Amino acid sequence: MNVQEYQGKELFKSYGIPVQDQIVVTRAADAREAAEKLGGFVVVKAQVLVGGRGKAGGVKLAKTPEEAEQRASDILKLTIKGIPVEKVLIVPAAEIRKEYYLSLTMDRTSKSLILIVSAEGGVDIEELAVNEPEKIKRIPISIDTGVDTATIMPHLKEVFGTDELAAEALDTVQKLFKLYTEKDCSLLEINPYAIVDDGHLMALDSKVNFDDNALFKHDDIQKMKNPEEDSADEAVAKEAGLSFVSMDGDIGCMVNGAGLAMATMDIIKLYGGEPANFLDVGGSSNPDKVVTAMQIITGNPKVKSILINIFGGITRCDDIANGLLTAMKRIDIQVPMVVRLIGTNEVEGRKILTDAGFEVASGLSEAVEKVVKIA
Amino acid sequence: MSILIDENTHVLVQGITGRDGSFHTRQMVADGTKIVAGVTPKKGGQDLDGIPIYNSVAESMQKHKVDATVIFVPPPFANAAVREAADAGVPLIVCITEHVPVNEMLSTYHYVKSKGSRMIGPNCPGLISPGKSKIGIMPARITRPGSIGVISRSGTLTYEVVYALSEEGMGQSTCIGIGGDPIVGSGYIDLLELFENDPETSAVVVIGEIGGEDEEAAADYIKNSMTKPVAAFISGRTAPPGRRMGHAGAIISGGKGTPEAKVKAFQDAGVPVADKPDEIPALLRARLS
Repeated sequence: MNVQEYQGKELFKSYGIPVQDQIVVTRAADAREAAEKLGGFVVVKAQVLVGGRGKAGGVKLAKTPEEAEQRASDILKLTIKGIPVEKVLIVPAAEIRKEYYLSLTMDRTSKSLILIVSAEGGVDIEELAVNEPEKIKRIPISIDTGVDTATIMPHLKEVFGTDELAAEALDTVQKLFKLYTEKDCSLLEINPYAIVDDGHLMALDSKVNFDDNALFKHDDIQKMKNPEEDSADEAVAKEAGLSFVSMDGDIGCMVNGAGLAMATMDIIKLYGGEPANFLDVGGSSNPDKVVTAMQIITGNPKVKSILINIFGGITRCDDIANGLLTAMKRIDIQVPMVVRLIGTNEVEGRKILTDAGFEVASGLSEAVEKVVKIA
Repeated sequence: MSILIDENTHVLVQGITGRDGSFHTRQMVADGTKIVAGVTPKKGGQDLDGIPIYNSVAESMQKHKVDATVIFVPPPFANAAVREAADAGVPLIVCITEHVPVNEMLSTYHYVKSKGSRMIGPNCPGLISPGKSKIGIMPARITRPGSIGVISRSGTLTYEVVYALSEEGMGQSTCIGIGGDPIVGSGYIDLLELFENDPETSAVVVIGEIGGEDEEAAADYIKNSMTKPVAAFISGRTAPPGRRMGHAGAIISGGKGTPEAKVKAFQDAGVPVADKPDEIPALLRARLS
């Protein structure tokens, strides 16, 4: 789960990481009032969950409250990468002396948390990593023993130049670590982490991601969820414990297992078709999930045919078959379906479906070929 | 031979009384696995079809020789279950549970290593040495004894490949699903090494997916350290960047984890990459002849 910049900064603030005063508004008129409160000279920033908003015109300087209102009005009309801007953040326009980059995430390869820091802030760190990797420091931090000052300080001194700034950065790193572990984050990024007018370091932006698997532990974080993070379909799917991503094609897919679901999409494409979605009905056997899955798939008007591909392991084919029959009773499915059922309890599952008049395939290539043909 | 498990492996089931735990315990028994005991807190003294149930792993190990444990407990308790097994000294810990909190698992990963145990998973289908033993949830009837080793990040996709191999008469020495999470106990390289050293394994199939750089590292290892033929399949070639495709680990982000990079890494290592799972047997056969 991701949150907006302003939400990330609120979290930073609650952990004692320096951030600017900020006001979030949804109406241009409120932007004027917010700008007045913040001293008149402000930055108006679109709050969207995608990157590249600066390039899209979503971040503007305003010298007066009137100008702030105008800028907010412009930005609230924008759609950035398909997402309409519904909120803008107003912050004082800081005089930035120097920008740095600071982030904490997990490194799968070294099985460790990793602090990434660079004196080249404000830029696209991924581009920098490719073009000038020597300008980025990657410092492992143990999730068990935490920030080791003796290891980290020399790196921070090198990047930030003075003892005072390095000490400020260390304090922020320690607080980031606390936030990361206490709230089960998967990414904390400050870009830019900047020296402002008063000579101190401050987080001028935030990117905060949480581990979805750990959200059950954190009611406060769940409340920060932005509905626009998922499409309406994806939200319904998530609620039902399904993993769903919508795509642009016309062949609806219901598959068990993420790897097989991806492979099924790949093979559909290989046979000249276009998948309408990724949908993993998950590893457990719950007929209700099948009903919800079918509702989501058939709710997409673009879908011309449906491929159900089940390779039963922990999922039982008879449960899937029963769920499918229940779904057929509850919803009117107009598009043709190809069902491929194999694995745990497949004999029982196939019998249920063939008794109900379904055509059941056993080969994946054969099933995909059929569904592409009828789409 | 096979790797990690065989007909002499004594297996414990943690979470034996749950819906999935009891169902798959019965399946494992039917598939020939020696299940010696189960654990469910507060249900000690009961039994499942005659398999004794204990309150803790340590208690079960006082009564039984345990070589491996398989974990079916719900996600909030999975890390504690793995640690309990490591504390009790179980050599092989197979965690089937999915949706396990990742930061906790990162810590658990190091804990298990420090205790000298080996972990497979979490979020994995387990492993099977066909005709000998099965730990986990793979449908045994699609497997057959033989000499092909299979390593996969995915569950059901593994079945797809194993099914294709069996249909073509290519049996398996051991099939392992390593799990789809960012942190898993055993990776490709750990297991490639075991297969390379297993006299009964003649060739290996690696089934990867988008996200991370583990496939690239595996390709490097194969290039430098493997003498046995390897074939690969990568899923997620149609996945859009930035979207998590079900598995917590399956996401293309920051230009890393792309299918193109993985396919190229394997091809550069002399490993043919199949477009469809059912092409794997022919690719292997060409390399074995």
